[in-house]
Amino acid sequence: MIRFESVTVTYDGVDVDVPAVRDVNLTIPEGELVLLVGPSGVGKSTLLSTVSGLVPHFTGGTLSGRVTVAGRDTRTHKPRELADVVGTVGQDPLSHFVTDTVEDELAYGMESLGLAPDVMRRRVEETLDLLGLADLRDRPIATLSGGQQQRVAIGSVLTPHPSVLVLDEPTSALDPAAAEEVLAVLQRLVHDLGTTVLMAEHRLERVVQYADQVVLLPAPGQPPVIGAPADIMAVSPVYPPVVGLGRLADWSPLPLSVRDARRRAAPLRDRLAEVRPPAPGPAPAPAAPAATASGAEVGEAAEVAEVAKASEVQGSPGVRRRFSLLGRRRRAVQVPGAGAAGRAESSPGPGPDQPLAAVAAVAALAVRRGRVPALRRVDLTVAPGETIALMGRNGAGKSTLLATLVGLLEPTAGSVHVGGAVPHRTGPRELIRRVGLVPQEPRDLLYADTVAGECAAADRDADAAPGSCRALVSELLPGIPDDTHPRDLSEGQRLTLALAVVLTARPPLLLLDEPTRGLDYAAKARLVAVLRGLAAEGHAIVLATHDVELAAELAHRVVILAEGEVVADGATADVVVSSPAFAPQVTKILAPYHWLTVTQVRTALALAGTE
Amino acid sequence: MRGAKGARGAVAAARAGLVAPEAGRRSDALHSGAWWVWALGLATAASRTTNPLLLGLLIAVAGYVVAVRRTDAPWARSYGAFVKLGLAVIAIRLGFAVFLGSPIPGTHVLFTLPEVPLPEWAKGVRIGGRVSAESLLFALYEGLKLATLLICVGAANALANPVRLLKSLPGALYEAGVAVVVAMTFAPQLIADVQRLRKARRLRGRPDRGVRGLLQVGLPVLEGALERSVALAAAMDARGYGRTAHVPVAVRRTTAALTLGGLLGVCAGTYGLLAAEGAGFGLPVLLGGLGAALGGLWLGGRRCVRTRYRPDRWAARAWLVSGSGVAVAGLMIWAASYDPVGLRPGVIPLTTPELPLWPALSVLLGLAPAFVAPRPALPAPAKDAMSSSTNDPTDDLMNDPPKETP
Repeated sequence: MIRFESVTVTYDGVDVDVPAVRDVNLTIPEGELVLLVGPSGVGKSTLLSTVSGLVPHFTGGTLSGRVTVAGRDTRTHKPRELADVVGTVGQDPLSHFVTDTVEDELAYGMESLGLAPDVMRRRVEETLDLLGLADLRDRPIATLSGGQQQRVAIGSVLTPHPSVLVLDEPTSALDPAAAEEVLAVLQRLVHDLGTTVLMAEHRLERVVQYADQVVLLPAPGQPPVIGAPADIMAVSPVYPPVVGLGRLADWSPLPLSVRDARRRAAPLRDRLAEVRPPAPGPAPAPAAPAATASGAEVGEAAEVAEVAKASEVQGSPGVRRRFSLLGRRRRAVQVPGAGAAGRAESSPGPGPDQPLAAVAAVAALAVRRGRVPALRRVDLTVAPGETIALMGRNGAGKSTLLATLVGLLEPTAGSVHVGGAVPHRTGPRELIRRVGLVPQEPRDLLYADTVAGECAAADRDADAAPGSCRALVSELLPGIPDDTHPRDLSEGQRLTLALAVVLTARPPLLLLDEPTRGLDYAAKARLVAVLRGLAAEGHAIVLATHDVELAAELAHRVVILAEGEVVADGATADVVVSSPAFAPQVTKILAPYHWLTVTQVRTALALAGTE
Repeated sequence: MRGAKGARGAVAAARAGLVAPEAGRRSDALHSGAWWVWALGLATAASRTTNPLLLGLLIAVAGYVVAVRRTDAPWARSYGAFVKLGLAVIAIRLGFAVFLGSPIPGTHVLFTLPEVPLPEWAKGVRIGGRVSAESLLFALYEGLKLATLLICVGAANALANPVRLLKSLPGALYEAGVAVVVAMTFAPQLIADVQRLRKARRLRGRPDRGVRGLLQVGLPVLEGALERSVALAAAMDARGYGRTAHVPVAVRRTTAALTLGGLLGVCAGTYGLLAAEGAGFGLPVLLGGLGAALGGLWLGGRRCVRTRYRPDRWAARAWLVSGSGVAVAGLMIWAASYDPVGLRPGVIPLTTPELPLWPALSVLLGLAPAFVAPRPALPAPAKDAMSSSTNDPTDDLMNDPPKETP
């Protein structure tokens, strides 16, 4: 269906020796779901755009070789002339919409193709049913949730009945349930309509079990490797936790779904039955009553340090090599302190028997956005050194809670105190010393046109000594030259730069909104290491996230919001294990035991082996 | 959820004492053109009078219809902006009258500003000087008239979906129409971006108010807007925007000739009509040119392969809504010739404007859409009831509204 013949794409202005995609030879047969995987920046999006003809017709650049879709050569066919065979959905569904209501959006592509009105009407009705959008047909698109928007975007390219569907990260911005919805739809298309689906996705744990074939782009400029998912996952530098566990336990063939893995996991479960899972990271210091995480047992010092050390190893050898510098430094910080518990005791201030003052206290908070109540009667206390994952479906009020904590929104009722101040009544200069937020789109925080300029501005804003921000950047993100434009950084690098800018003011409370959106496993592992180091230094961290694996890896405590209310609040292991939607893969595989991450299992096995 | 919504809907319908269908449901949607005809009718009426009472009545009528009939859709929020623009127009008009003087001679001098002496060649221009009550009142009337026009246009904007209106354009103009609509949605998005980035400034510890803040976010906002436009263009291209059918060369040439010739004819005809000596040939040339241009548009439409998905139907309600606007305009035009004094209260000598009975009643005809147009759905309260139902329902129903709306 899709055929790449020695395809190389070079963008103008970039070094000609470094093409975005080099020498791709590939044939994708009809009716297959093909997954494109690889670390960030290997040219996945570029390769996807060659299928719709947007590369090179729209984006510029030079394409050598040939791409044919359903027998049409993209060199001689413009994107609009391929519109009836290829449907493309980009990373951000919002930038895809041309009209403003769901029904019009579904019809738009067909209108452009000039289909007859009765055909259009029939297909719109069919697609509304297929994607479960019938109740939303008259809604303005701007009022839909992320998952709904993604489904509308997919529906809008489905109505012209394309034989090929190209999707760039369709589930990255979605909560687990919405991602399931979208994937179920894709499954149906492949099975019932014989549509060929080519998709790139970072969150492999969600998609890899649905793929018929996997195309791996191992590194920039390297030719792709194609094969059955299990074979590719055995060698891929990026892989989901289920594969990580499979590799650890030497299961062959590698399981790709939780179901497959559970079938093989009986012996592993038996081995792990006697071992108690360690805490996911250094547990928080003794804290105010609400924050005492009942299940997050403070492990023995050696064990905690071991976990911290092992966490750096997670990911591929390549990843480790790239980031070992940071890893070593972090380890040096963590091992002597052996977790925040010891650190808190040695630090000046309240003694260990006295509860530490909470970094943030939210009581009976209610916030309205327009006519809609976004939060109702929320109570939350954040202790120093504690990491809290805020979860819940899109629109549950996670971002609202974070915005209220930094004073962007005024509470309608109830109270918010951050470091003893009321955020929305505190001046910005004062507030950044108490709390810092890295927003969903880190670019919003960056104004300057070089990294150096950004750092200088951050020092001025925070009244910090000149060079403190730059020092942070070099520590978190080694090897970034001063004159790089923030726009040219990768998603993960930009996030880290924004993080450094926020950290320049040394806020004891750090908030992150969806930090892993668009990050690959390597960037994520790096972020985990950075955040863990910050938590060990006593920063309290609250992250709003859909990424259950990240929460399992990092959080001491999970708070689940629904309809603006707290519906669950407790130690990560307790909350996550009891919820099928928010349980990480390892937990599902090793249930009923409370294991959260591959790292934990690896550490436990290693300890058991040495005894 | 459905129960609560249904019950509330029923109550609302009963309270209103009418059975207008819910807006937003496509099958009952009112044709966007009807709203425009209605609003332009009110605007025409406003242009015929300077009576502040009548103008105020027109604003009230437009405002009431908007208040009861606009939906939650994004385009419906533009009304407030138009009202503010109208107020600004009045303020500017008064400012001019105060500082630059006014051609209206007046005897009731309110105060005297120091006058700037101007050279001989600038005779007729005056800066500062006496400010009379008559000139201010005249400026106020004129400003109010302009503001009413703007508010009427704003009402149409808030009530009619601009994209839906596109579907009524002839095929040949569709692509240009899309460009206009995209440009129109660009401005609100830009404002949303500015607000978001100014908030982000707070996160950097900089004040989020003030002119400097606005300037500093300018570049990122423009960059973001540009990026979004490019992404939208790519998406539209990939979805077949701009596909054209193959048209024989002869047809293409005829289209060009007809369109160009028609436009020339329209120009020449208009000139003939307006000039003193060409009245004889003016009208026929104008009509001929118009015909040729329309023919060109029709032929040009053959290049376009687009079809239309469920275009709005011009149904009985559309007739009623547009008819009420036309009636207001027609009655006011008739009244202007019948009772010019009532519609244009004099400022010299100063008189208290009176409300002429019949024109006022005819303006009230413009309220018809408030009863016949589809009523908006009530999503927010229904959602409240739904989402709070996890708690004790009685407690929520009793306490929620007063507690959360201080």
